[in-house]
Amino acid sequence: MKRDLRYFAWLRERIGTGHESIETDAATVADLIEELRRRDEAYAFAFSDTASIRAALDQDLVDLDAPLSDAREVAFFPPMTGG
Amino acid sequence: MNVNAGVRVQSDSFDMGAVLNAFAAAMSARNAGAVVSFSGLTRDIATGDLDAMEIEHYPGMTEKALAKIRDEAIERFNLSDAMILHRYGRMGPGEPIMMVATAARHRADAFQGAEFLMDYLKSRAPFWKKEITATGAVWVAARDEDEDALSRW
Repeated sequence: MKRDLRYFAWLRERIGTGHESIETDAATVADLIEELRRRDEAYAFAFSDTASIRAALDQDLVDLDAPLSDAREVAFFPPMTGG
Repeated sequence: MNVNAGVRVQSDSFDMGAVLNAFAAAMSARNAGAVVSFSGLTRDIATGDLDAMEIEHYPGMTEKALAKIRDEAIERFNLSDAMILHRYGRMGPGEPIMMVATAARHRADAFQGAEFLMDYLKSRAPFWKKEITATGAVWVAARDEDEDALSRW
């Protein structure tokens, strides 16, 4: 299925883009991270520590073991630092 | 006050006094007896020579997350209303970054509601701070205490 991926903060900088569309068969957020890690060194570096990764499906925060189901937009980012 | 008026995400600076006065005036008309507000200012976090702070956010998700946090605060603490204003983009030292305000019949609810808003805003709203100094730019790391603070609610 085609998914829109979004990256923010240092994840965006490490990967080198804030947005891309990919075709993927990944079933969960964690599977998708694993798939991205295998792509190249920049992704492997960006996703090297999953404790420092948060994810959102269609703009709702989810756990990394969440199923992707029919989410169009998958976002990855570091822990938030608002306020 | 509707959801759009209760949640503001903007790059422009704002006048804390004017925002609070407008909120308090609207709340007074609704018979609230207590208004509590908190404002965050940019300050040095790491090196002590901050030139600027840059805040990145996730347009769309930010508004959605803030509206959800606000709705929950209103419900849990029986608030007359609550507002959240948060900036993004580049700002200088000492500038206001964000503000929350709550109103309730009683002060305990207003105080607790404001603390709840701040705790959730810190680690559940998609904002990321970057400090710009003479020696470079550094992303501000999330603190474990901020995550732990959520467990009290």
